[in-house]
Amino acid sequence: MSTGHQADAKHHARLHHGVDHGSLKGYLTGFGLSVLLTAIPFWLVMSNALGNQTASAIAIMGFAVVQIVVHMVFFLHMNTRSESGWIMMALIFTLILVVITLTGSLWVMYHLNTNMMPGHDMGQMP
Amino acid sequence: MALAHDVTDDTIFHLEDDHGHAESGSSTMLGFWMYLMSDCLIFAMLFAVYGVLGGNYAAGPAPKDLFDLPLVALNTSMLLLSSITYGFAMLEMAKGRVGPMQAWLVITGLFGLAFIGIELYEFAHLIHEGATPQRSGFLSSFFALVGTHGLHVTFGLVWLVVLMVQVSKHGLIAANQRRLMCLSMFWHFLDVIWIGVFTFVYLMGMLR
Repeated sequence: MSTGHQADAKHHARLHHGVDHGSLKGYLTGFGLSVLLTAIPFWLVMSNALGNQTASAIAIMGFAVVQIVVHMVFFLHMNTRSESGWIMMALIFTLILVVITLTGSLWVMYHLNTNMMPGHDMGQMP
Repeated sequence: MALAHDVTDDTIFHLEDDHGHAESGSSTMLGFWMYLMSDCLIFAMLFAVYGVLGGNYAAGPAPKDLFDLPLVALNTSMLLLSSITYGFAMLEMAKGRVGPMQAWLVITGLFGLAFIGIELYEFAHLIHEGATPQRSGFLSSFFALVGTHGLHVTFGLVWLVVLMVQVSKHGLIAANQRRLMCLSMFWHFLDVIWIGVFTFVYLMGMLR
């Protein structure tokens, strides 16, 4: 076995190897970051600090994405090595499907709504 | 399985990345991760439905009239706290200390209950105001999305209680450790989904 595994085994003495349970420091770091990344978007919306709806929306979406990554790394202990990379593969595949589902639905339905508005002149359609 | 664990590596030939799967139950982890990803797709559908229908108020109440952000912030903190206490339980499990682990699981369960309680209070309040699921497309998709998440947390709580009974009966056997790790992934995954909910439903709703 590799030295890495021995060090790992010493660390998690009672555990089977290959499963990461994280560390106290990791959990606390993740928790601290999450509190921050939750508090800032709530504050942005409640105080309307940016004074601009679009800017606020983009900012809180950015915070959400960062916080999801924080949760994945510190709470779900994800990395490219776990399960020989299959966990990451499954995640990437799912993310592609999620992006197709969300952008596809929103894009199609938005245009459908626009084209179905009353008063829309069908004669102008090509 | 226990045998394979005791035999030294010199006597066993195996592929480099094939070690320890059988006894560690880590292929269960991959399978459970697949389940979580399929669950993730269910939530993606519900988010898409909310994105499409969320602006259709049918002359009924809009998010600004209904949502109480301080309450949502309290709710969010309950779920976040339950996530970290579950993490602490897993650390105690790694040390093999059953008592402290069960204590952290109880605390996790209480935070989860608080989350569900606050959510049910919110739903009851909305329904009392006439903002029922059948009022508008916005409210239908809101209750479908947030309610599905709430149901997941509820079933997570049932699972948590079952596992605590299992551990008190059989101790931290390998099977129980594997089950606790699955629930750990499930619990943290629900917290990840909630990030999407409070961002897209509540915060974006207040901006609309």
